[in-house]
Amino acid sequence: MTIPGQWYLALGAVLFSIGGLGLLVRRNVLVMFMCIELMLNAANLTFVTFSRMLNDVGGQSLVFFVLVVAAAEVVVGLGIVVAIFRRRKSTTADDLHLMKG
Amino acid sequence: MTTAGLVPFHLLLATAPASLVDRITFGIGATIVVLGAIGVVISRNPVHAALMLVMTLFGVAVLFVEQGANFLAAVQVIVYAGAIVVLFLFVIMFLGVDREENLGDEPLRFQRPLAAALVILGLVGVLLLGFGAHWSTGPQSVAGPAQNQHGGDVAALGKSVFTTYLFPFEITAALLVIAVVGAVVLARRPGTTEVDTDDFIDHGGDGPPTAEPAPLTTPEAVVESTESVARAVAGTVSGARERPETETQEVSP
Repeated sequence: MTIPGQWYLALGAVLFSIGGLGLLVRRNVLVMFMCIELMLNAANLTFVTFSRMLNDVGGQSLVFFVLVVAAAEVVVGLGIVVAIFRRRKSTTADDLHLMKG
Repeated sequence: MTTAGLVPFHLLLATAPASLVDRITFGIGATIVVLGAIGVVISRNPVHAALMLVMTLFGVAVLFVEQGANFLAAVQVIVYAGAIVVLFLFVIMFLGVDREENLGDEPLRFQRPLAAALVILGLVGVLLLGFGAHWSTGPQSVAGPAQNQHGGDVAALGKSVFTTYLFPFEITAALLVIAVVGAVVLARRPGTTEVDTDDFIDHGGDGPPTAEPAPLTTPEAVVESTESVARAVAGTVSGARERPETETQEVSP
């Protein structure tokens, strides 16, 4: 038989935590984006695991939509990064303090 | 398995013991995933972080195959590793930020311990809830079964996407269009809102010079400017026919 589902769920939680930790501690905007991708992948893994546990293909459909949203998000996010880099010559999140009070 | 009704969560977790091959596959996949994720977080060079992200994505694809989601594993490799990470690498190279960054300096003193404590707290809470709580989940199946279908998971997924989730699928089309338009607007340089069409017209060396383009306010002006463009194009063609030697001389170095 296959691996029990809670192992996958635990792995998904660990992966999500690592991604969240990277998002909190890293200052390079590009690496922060990669950490968001890690968190999305953790969610995908959890969706597929529940799809298998519940024998319902809806989880896999949701992974499909998450993939689309991730692609669109990366396109727009990297466009914003390029636009900011033109102006400030930096991809560090700390340099973006223009709206600080 | 019943197709309707509430199922206690802990019953879902009770499955038969796994075989050795499955255990080894899961172990290797999980190791790859976790090591790649840690590599993304701690690598100094953004390029190395992107390559570590590829490693994690391949590990997740392995775990997808292990759980019977073959199509999603293929899509994971093609879309994520083949498109998204390449986009990341393209932007890294395009901006020229592929150099080591110093991870030592820390403007906020308590940021890293606080972040680690917060993340560990959340992880432990989620794991405790997942293994300790006895929740009831929703209906057993809302979009059709995933396993042992005629045509495999591809047919099941396609049927689900194009029947149950047809409207969200259409929304994704709009989302992709919006993303494309947004990327174009963001990538445009400020100040270059209009394209100078005169740059596209080759005046053809000694051909008749084109008139100053009149303001396109009246239909007559439109016709006139169109004729001037046509004259310019004709001049280019006739010039090329009359002077083949000079044309080749201009082209050849």
